[in-house]
Amino acid sequence: MKVDRRSFLSFVIGGAAGTTLSPLPWKLMDDSSIWSQMWPWKPVPPAGEVVYEDSTCPLCPGGCGITVRKVENRAVKIEGKAGHPINNGGICLLGLSGLQLLYGPTRIKSPMKRVGERGEGKWERISWQEAMTLLSEKLGEIRDKGEAHTVAAISGTGYGTVTELLKRFMTAYGSPNFFRSPSMQDTDEFALNAIFRSKGRLGYDLENADYILSFGSGILDGWGSPVRMFRANSLWKDNQVPVIQVEPRLSNSAGKASKWVAINPGTEADLALGIAALLISQKMANKGNISGFRAWKNELVQAYKPETVAETTGVPVETISELAQGFGTAKRPIALYGKGKGVGTGSLREIAAVTVLNALSGNLNKEGGLWAVSQPDFINWPNVNTDQIADAGLNQSRIDGAGDGPTAGIESVLTRLPQKVLEDGPYPIQALLVAGANPCHELPDTKSVKQALGKIPFIVSFSSFHDETADQADLLMPDHVYLEKFEDVTVGAGLVKEVIGLCRPVVSAQFNTKHLGETLIATANMMGDAIAGAFPWENYESCLKETLGNKWDSMIENGYWENGDVDTAAKKVRPAALDAPVVQAQGDVNSFPLLLVPYDTIRISSGYVGDTPFMVKTVSDTTIKGKDGFVEINPQTAAANGLTEGTLATLATPVGEASVRVHLFEGIKPGVIAMARGLGHTAYDGYLADKGVNVNELIGPVEDPSSGLDAAWGIRAKLDKA
Amino acid sequence: MKEQQHEVPTKEAQHKAPVEGKEHGRPVMRYGMAIDLDKCTGCGACMVACMSENNVPFKEDESDKLKSITWIRVYKLTNGKPYPDTEICYLPRPCQHCEGHGGHSPCVSVCPATATDYSRETGIVSQIYTRCFGCRYCMAACPYHARYFNWYDPVWPDGMEKYLSPDVSARVRGVVEKCSFCYHRYQLAKNKAYLNGLHRVPEEDYQTACTQACPSGAIVFGDLNNPEHKVHQIVQPDPHNGNKSKNPKAFRLLERLGTNTKVYYLSDREWVRRLGDNYLAHEETGKVAKAHH
Repeated sequence: MKVDRRSFLSFVIGGAAGTTLSPLPWKLMDDSSIWSQMWPWKPVPPAGEVVYEDSTCPLCPGGCGITVRKVENRAVKIEGKAGHPINNGGICLLGLSGLQLLYGPTRIKSPMKRVGERGEGKWERISWQEAMTLLSEKLGEIRDKGEAHTVAAISGTGYGTVTELLKRFMTAYGSPNFFRSPSMQDTDEFALNAIFRSKGRLGYDLENADYILSFGSGILDGWGSPVRMFRANSLWKDNQVPVIQVEPRLSNSAGKASKWVAINPGTEADLALGIAALLISQKMANKGNISGFRAWKNELVQAYKPETVAETTGVPVETISELAQGFGTAKRPIALYGKGKGVGTGSLREIAAVTVLNALSGNLNKEGGLWAVSQPDFINWPNVNTDQIADAGLNQSRIDGAGDGPTAGIESVLTRLPQKVLEDGPYPIQALLVAGANPCHELPDTKSVKQALGKIPFIVSFSSFHDETADQADLLMPDHVYLEKFEDVTVGAGLVKEVIGLCRPVVSAQFNTKHLGETLIATANMMGDAIAGAFPWENYESCLKETLGNKWDSMIENGYWENGDVDTAAKKVRPAALDAPVVQAQGDVNSFPLLLVPYDTIRISSGYVGDTPFMVKTVSDTTIKGKDGFVEINPQTAAANGLTEGTLATLATPVGEASVRVHLFEGIKPGVIAMARGLGHTAYDGYLADKGVNVNELIGPVEDPSSGLDAAWGIRAKLDKA
Repeated sequence: MKEQQHEVPTKEAQHKAPVEGKEHGRPVMRYGMAIDLDKCTGCGACMVACMSENNVPFKEDESDKLKSITWIRVYKLTNGKPYPDTEICYLPRPCQHCEGHGGHSPCVSVCPATATDYSRETGIVSQIYTRCFGCRYCMAACPYHARYFNWYDPVWPDGMEKYLSPDVSARVRGVVEKCSFCYHRYQLAKNKAYLNGLHRVPEEDYQTACTQACPSGAIVFGDLNNPEHKVHQIVQPDPHNGNKSKNPKAFRLLERLGTNTKVYYLSDREWVRRLGDNYLAHEETGKVAKAHH
């Protein structure tokens, strides 16, 4: 058949017209749109009865009340509990995304023992019986050799029944080496002990204060109980209360304050003392709260002349006198201590300076002032009847030397542990138990921490998640997540009231995990009478119920127990360590011309729990971009170093080196660079791992000679174009 | 039940479109927000509250913000001054639920599939995922970048789909999504109101997830037409001037486009208000408000 042009065109046009008139294209288009939207894996969440259950969020020290919305047995949303004394319906982004932790793929789903090399991630699932046998046998072996003191334990918090159970386990077992992660509690205990000469914690009556002077405290960046702080901030706005933020970087707290005072990092104590000196010399000071006032006042006024202070701090003389005027003439002024989230410990000189300033306002333990609050005292268990082996172990000195010399009154100095392990002194650590803490990411100089853990032959992690520390463990005994269990949550966090929240099992345990309290009681029972005797409870729930006593009913009913009428721990302050040497940043100026300071943000969780996928989503693209993390730098400093926005650079400090990108930010002091804390995870999953740099890899601990605690606030650094 | 008094709708609207005092025999509502930027701390709780309320997906890398779906996004603004006079401010941006003139929102006008519509009952701009075929005209039309395209299928890591809410359907690759003012909450509140024999949804029964979560109390949500609602009292919309706020602290984003948005922002700071629109050097904020047509 001959196909000429005419018949070809007829065929094509006819075919096209025919197809168009047929249902075929429309059917195909319809099908394709259905096909493109009806993937079989598109989840269709089952509907069902909706119920709300109240609980408490223990993910940070804040202790907010939460309400969990459930559809049948699934938890679908966490909301702030309306009417709760701390957050009254408000909630932060970590609390909101708790279900991503509960149902997340990084949960450890069953007890496991390591089969491959350390850190290789090869595990074998075992039963709880096997896991507890393994633990009790290993610990029994060490104890039988009379080396009980060579076992150490790290707890994420210092409060609560579970922490006390772990501490009790260590006591009955015979080791003095119980550690807790550095927190505001350390600062509080250490300040109360050194400055007030009593036991307890600090409380800030912020809602009633009428002048707020914050020495770098991240009022809006996660300091104290974050939601309480956000609410207080709104209250200040409504009442036009001046908020002064002293900080080298324009953080969110500084940005929302009435005034941002840019200061040379590490000189906050000098400014506080400079203001104190002005209050005294201008007769605005109230000396009633200070013991030995006469003895040091002239010295202070002499040593902290405005000109000298201006020189040290970089804050102009006029600003200093303006601050003194504001603080001195306000009725209920308050000064805040604790940089960023306030979990770093800081120097005794700095906390003493801020406390003295508060004392000079004459507002100690008064409305709108700083309070010395007694510790909550509801865990009254009988003393442990220790046997001979335990006594011998407990008689050994702590490996970190806490409680001796300058550290008197301090329970533990976790930042000293890695160094002590590495130098084998005074004795080697043979086993380490880690609960609710992630030292391989949280502690400064993480490289040394990992090396130290490498030297410990037996590590047990009770973590619920595959975090960096669990990766280094030999035995995983995963705890329930807070939404699966009962637990008390004691809230300190700078409140001027006592609040104990209650975590409740909102959903049943999702995996083969076990409450840490149960694990401890059961393991103790497997280890013979000497240890079992210290744990008379049938299970954790009965222990909790018995311990809380008459508070239990109100906690079950309201979800919390509250006491607004707190006991004051002390009435007077004793100025201590004001002339102590200033804690300097590590490194010399010539090789490292810049100063690196870590900064906290509420959008990045920097504690034991890492950022959830939702939280990572809120982090800006000038903090992390792809795998790269950023450092903030003043455009002036950047130009001097030949750096432009987004440049890849090598950041070096005396402790480590990392590759970073540069973000130009006008709101940072020239010569200072800042990096967000809490990034650079290596464990967890792709939603969190390999994003940015862990600033702890670049900063080492710097001990404050007057307390023994880590007081590093930054480190010298150098930034070169890569 | 006694009928309540309502603001008269805008003049233009009256003769241009059928937005009247009543719709299906019920008073017209205009749900909207007032966001106090002086109280907003940029904490991001609204973003996460929204994501967890509305089954918003997430990927391993969310640092490409053009592809990162956030129905409400918090922008960081600076006054552009050098150290140490630099100031920052945060601005949360949900869908602005433009009314335009008589319900002609920029996105609604261009949608060929009627996948997005302006509700004359509530003033909420809807998005019907199953109708959307992903042409993205609406995204181009939206002056606020409030619309997001699903470039990928949402994948919840194993087990995490357990927290998905049945109130909001999950979206798939190829459709556009955006803030709905938590419309499912309105539906629930409306059912509840009917059951309780109420003619109208009480203010406290219908609040968006972001409003509820905001720890600073910076977001106020309600019916802009209802003088009893807090949002009306703060905003004081002027129906004779394109619903412009009578509150000197308040402004809307790109107000002069005539999008007639229902999200109002409040700030004491002039430089913040100035960033809300494109002002010429000699123009003062608050003085020029007429739409250019």
